[in-house]
Amino acid sequence: MDTIADHKNIKGWGVDANSQNDPTFPIKERTNEEQKGYNWKRPEQQAVNVEVLHSIERPNMPAVFGTTLPPSGLSGRIRRFAFKYSESSYAHWLPLILADRVNVVEGLIDDLKRGYIPNIFAERGWKAEWKYNRKAFTKKIIIGVAVTLLAVALLNRRRNKSKSAKDLFLKG
Amino acid sequence: MLAMNYRGPLRVRVDHKPMPEIQHPNDAVVRVTRSCICGSDLHLYHGLVPDTRVGMTFGHEFIGVVEEIGSSVEKLKVGDNVLVPFNIACGTCWFCKQGLYGNCHESNPEATAVGGIFGYSHTAGGYDGGQAEYVRVPYADVGPTVIPEGMDPDDAVLLTDVVPTGYQAAEMGGIQEGDTVVVFGAGPVGIMAAKCAWLFGAGRVIVIDHLEYRLEFVRNYAQCEAYNFKSLEDPVLFIKKTTDWMGADVCIDAVGGDAAGNTMQTITGKKLLLQAGAATALHWAINSVKKGGIVSIVGVYGPTDNLVPIGNVVNKGLTIRANQASVKRLLPRMIKHVQEGRLNPKEIVTHRVPLKEIAEAYHIFSSKLDNCIKPILIP
Repeated sequence: MDTIADHKNIKGWGVDANSQNDPTFPIKERTNEEQKGYNWKRPEQQAVNVEVLHSIERPNMPAVFGTTLPPSGLSGRIRRFAFKYSESSYAHWLPLILADRVNVVEGLIDDLKRGYIPNIFAERGWKAEWKYNRKAFTKKIIIGVAVTLLAVALLNRRRNKSKSAKDLFLKG
Repeated sequence: MLAMNYRGPLRVRVDHKPMPEIQHPNDAVVRVTRSCICGSDLHLYHGLVPDTRVGMTFGHEFIGVVEEIGSSVEKLKVGDNVLVPFNIACGTCWFCKQGLYGNCHESNPEATAVGGIFGYSHTAGGYDGGQAEYVRVPYADVGPTVIPEGMDPDDAVLLTDVVPTGYQAAEMGGIQEGDTVVVFGAGPVGIMAAKCAWLFGAGRVIVIDHLEYRLEFVRNYAQCEAYNFKSLEDPVLFIKKTTDWMGADVCIDAVGGDAAGNTMQTITGKKLLLQAGAATALHWAINSVKKGGIVSIVGVYGPTDNLVPIGNVVNKGLTIRANQASVKRLLPRMIKHVQEGRLNPKEIVTHRVPLKEIAEAYHIFSSKLDNCIKPILIP
């Protein structure tokens, strides 16, 4: 990368500098070491005992990190793919959102494999909905049931119609 | 131990999980005595934050008792009662040295744009959070602060995020004596931002939201004006009219990506996830502020893009200031404000719920049932 070795030789460099005019927060502590990258004494490194994906926008692992839920399964494969791209790329974030949704299905399968049937109603906190919002909740349930019954009735009707048409065709 | 377990959007439960362990010489393990559900936890709960893995324990607002410390920990001892800032910060990197503890470069492998945060997805470092009986706390010599003698635990737990975030929202606004400050959002952070705006000498504080019970609360708690945007028709026009057609000096976005109020933003930001949350509040803030004014953002958005009128930012010559609160930097001041009675955080707590009933607590908070403002979880 080409940079000017001593920018202070540029004509007019710094003549309008005003340290009070710094919109960053809080006011930067200027040490003249800012441009030297990782110039601080780094804390001791946490041992990397599990797979941890790290942003390609940094060259290394931070000194500490969370070790929960290493990538695994199909969602893990999608996450590994996402981490090939920078945080500036949709190719990073959109696959991560997809992986999150895939992970929900994996979570259900894991529960069932362990012989645990998740109580979706309890997990969604519907007990509270029943306690504090009973009227709206009842309305929602009635509408839901009505829509389902209507859909079933329409499907049956269509099936009966096509069956009668088929019978007619065969008789004819 | 018992811990919250995320199972997917709108689905959480409490399960038994392994006890956290010391993984670094400067770690501590803390037994949680209080934790909160934060408004920003709802972004995770609604599935808006990428890389939120099933099985994660949320919770970045908690206090507790130190149960175990790593070999290099010097400032804490077992048995200390501590409040733990939501930022995981090393205290030594260039950013921490500037007081930017929310931007630590030594705590989050997964993203460089944000430092590590307890229980806030792998995009914020992949740490389990404090909605559990126990939690691993890295950099124990930096973040955790011994709770002052006599401080109410409910006050202490709100000093881990809500109070400093509301305060920093006002601080970043650069409020000058007599300024008109508009806060979008009457959630816990918006309420605190409105309260703190007075500490900087604001002349008028206006809060905009759509939940009547919260507007009534903030009117009393923060001694401010509060208006329902549903009855205003156009909140931007209302702000212009009420400020002699000039606009507010400072606008604060204390909502983030879960905003209501604009159908297009809601559909693209919250339903289709085509943008990083609904940027309705930010849109209004930019358009309501005076030319040359300041927009302060503490509302949380996802890491992708948002639809905001950036052309107006340029044409109006606005200054936008934003960040995760730098809790450690602000704590001494916040503790003083609480001890001297200028801030009374615990008054915003409306629900105290056993950890075992976490699914109900999330649902109540998310659906704004039972006049909920701030729920606290008790393990």
